Amino acid sequence: MFKYLKQLTSLVAMVAVLFTFTTETMAAKKSKTLKNTQKKGFVRCGVSQGLPGFSNADAAGNWTGVDVDVCRAVAAAVLGDASKVKFTPLSAKERFTALTSGEIDILSRNTTWTLSRDADIGLTFVGVNFYDGQGFMVRKSSGITSTSQFKNGISACTNIGTTTELNMRDFFNSKGISYTPVAFEKADEVVAAYDAGRCDTYTTDKSGLAAQRTKMSNPDEHIVLPETISKEPLGPVVRQGDSVWEDIVRWSLNTMIEAEEYGITSGNADMMKSSDNPAIKRLVGAEGEMGAAFGLDNDWNYRIITQVGNYGESYKRNIADTGILPDRGPNELWTKGGILYVPPSR
Amino acid sequence: MKLKKILPQFLTLLFIVLIFGFFTMNAQENMDTRGIEFGFGFLKQEASFDIQFSLIDYDGSKSYARAYLVGLLNTLLVSAIGIVLCTILGVVIGVARLSPNYLINRTASFYIEFFRNIPLLLQIFFWYFAALRALPMPEDASLLLGTSYMTIKGLYTPAPIWNNFDVFLISLIISLVIIFFFNRYAKRKQEEAGIQYPKFLISLGIFIIIPALTFVFGGVDLQWSFPELKQLAKTSFTYEGGVGIPPELIALTLALTLYTATFIAENVRAGIQGIGKGQKEAAASIGLTPGQVLKLVIMPQALRIIIPPTTNQYLNLTKNSSLAAAIAYPDLVLVFAGTAMMQTGRAIEIVAITMATYLTISLSISVFMNWYNKSIAIKEK
Repeated sequence: MFKYLKQLTSLVAMVAVLFTFTTETMAAKKSKTLKNTQKKGFVRCGVSQGLPGFSNADAAGNWTGVDVDVCRAVAAAVLGDASKVKFTPLSAKERFTALTSGEIDILSRNTTWTLSRDADIGLTFVGVNFYDGQGFMVRKSSGITSTSQFKNGISACTNIGTTTELNMRDFFNSKGISYTPVAFEKADEVVAAYDAGRCDTYTTDKSGLAAQRTKMSNPDEHIVLPETISKEPLGPVVRQGDSVWEDIVRWSLNTMIEAEEYGITSGNADMMKSSDNPAIKRLVGAEGEMGAAFGLDNDWNYRIITQVGNYGESYKRNIADTGILPDRGPNELWTKGGILYVPPSR
Repeated sequence: MKLKKILPQFLTLLFIVLIFGFFTMNAQENMDTRGIEFGFGFLKQEASFDIQFSLIDYDGSKSYARAYLVGLLNTLLVSAIGIVLCTILGVVIGVARLSPNYLINRTASFYIEFFRNIPLLLQIFFWYFAALRALPMPEDASLLLGTSYMTIKGLYTPAPIWNNFDVFLISLIISLVIIFFFNRYAKRKQEEAGIQYPKFLISLGIFIIIPALTFVFGGVDLQWSFPELKQLAKTSFTYEGGVGIPPELIALTLALTLYTATFIAENVRAGIQGIGKGQKEAAASIGLTPGQVLKLVIMPQALRIIIPPTTNQYLNLTKNSSLAAAIAYPDLVLVFAGTAMMQTGRAIEIVAITMATYLTISLSISVFMNWYNKSIAIKEK
């Protein structure tokens, strides 16, 4: 009898341990950031100080852009309302400190994913919402049509605190061209100085060049050169150490992209609930328990699609229709010749 | 009784220690949970970004420590130029403010009221962006003084090319040492025997003649390399061969000087007005010329009033130079607390270093000015 008692107690102990383990993982699922966000009732999102197409505020203070839509998608998923976002405009220099210090919970500010940023400074990149590359803008009248025409002594205006500064050096060094970097803290001052003629060229991400060109006193006088000198995968960033929150942001973005892949739009999402395709049904919350793993209800992805739209809608609304980059280039779905490819929601 | 004296001090100390302890613990804990390390090892890493304007040899293959030095020297450069210029301008305006000539007097006070009451950052933007647009493109620039060009891309002046520059530098130092001892000798002679030498003229002579001799005997040689227009593309030009002073430095110096000079002018006016009229009249009555009255009687006393608040203005100018970041002048804040901080992500370390640096610069200026203030103070005999 006592012999079995010993085995019984160890069994009970094992079950107890297993139980506490499972309850603990359930508790861990309740991420601190998620809890705080739900308590506050809004998502704290860091954006740029004004980059048309990505994050830009109109005169009434309404933010629009593809970066803004990522935060709206998260708000729709966790709070049920895409408008419950508090936007904090940040300079390139301030952005990471704002995130690591806990002032914001998502940084969605055309930020390049690099090894050192991901590994070093307490950040985690969750995905890519825009594939970009650095380029150069020059005055049309200069007659320059390619970076191969650059000569020693050229001056280049740019922003500080970006990968741009580093790429620029790699580029000019590899070509053996001596150059003068003129680096400003804010993009508006870069544009003003280049526009005034302080620099021969203005360099930043090509999407940024296209967007800033619209701010010049006479946009038609400037052209963006065809060469791309770097890879700039831009995407949302979260603080390291909250894997549930990280997953929520990652899959909010993935949902938008995958919805486009399956042709689900803000307009037809209701109809799609009764689709025959289980992959589609999973994306609109009509099949499976896709939200439970994050501690969310089952309609989280349905809300993203109905309130914010799929990636294609967001791109068209913010970047194509505004004339910034009508051609989607690499930011087209993989099924249509682009490189947008996300893991499946299942 | 003793306890009453010690207890408040002890509590204050405890309070400070606890606050610091709390902040340190808090920072440490948060950095741990977010996987951020603390350390200064990054200073040795390659900076891999270039800087527009540097007084020392620098490019992106140098370390972050070197980039820090570049930023520091640029900050010191703009501060030093600013301090010299604003002192000269401040004294002139301050004296002009007391002029009996109505027009000069009014112009000076209008200048003070105007520049003192506009925020400095706005003035910097004005001089940079408004003045920048008014400057010609390199190809349209006209010759200044037969040697230089003022363009939107900067001021291009001839660059000196030295041979045996070290010999020249040593001769400068030797001449300064000789001047120092000569002045001591002249002072003693005047006190002992009442003999007056033309001190200034002799000093100037020594300062010119000794370095000049090195050109004849020391193998020192100076040539000038003049800036020449270079075409980069159809409508894009620059200058090559001279020294290019960036417009950012010019705009920043101009703004800092014009702004700080207003405060110094007021200090100078207050200092001179603080000396009783009787002093001037008494000095004149014993036969001193107006120049001697100002130099021997008024100024030595007025300086005691002028120096302490002016020290403050020097400190302000140095600290205000950090606004350079707004217009791309690569000072300490832009280079180190800007680019370097972004590239390394070491916010706490870099902000701490930057703060310590500004503190050191400010304290050094204070120490020097306090020493100077003491040396001109009334010596009780």
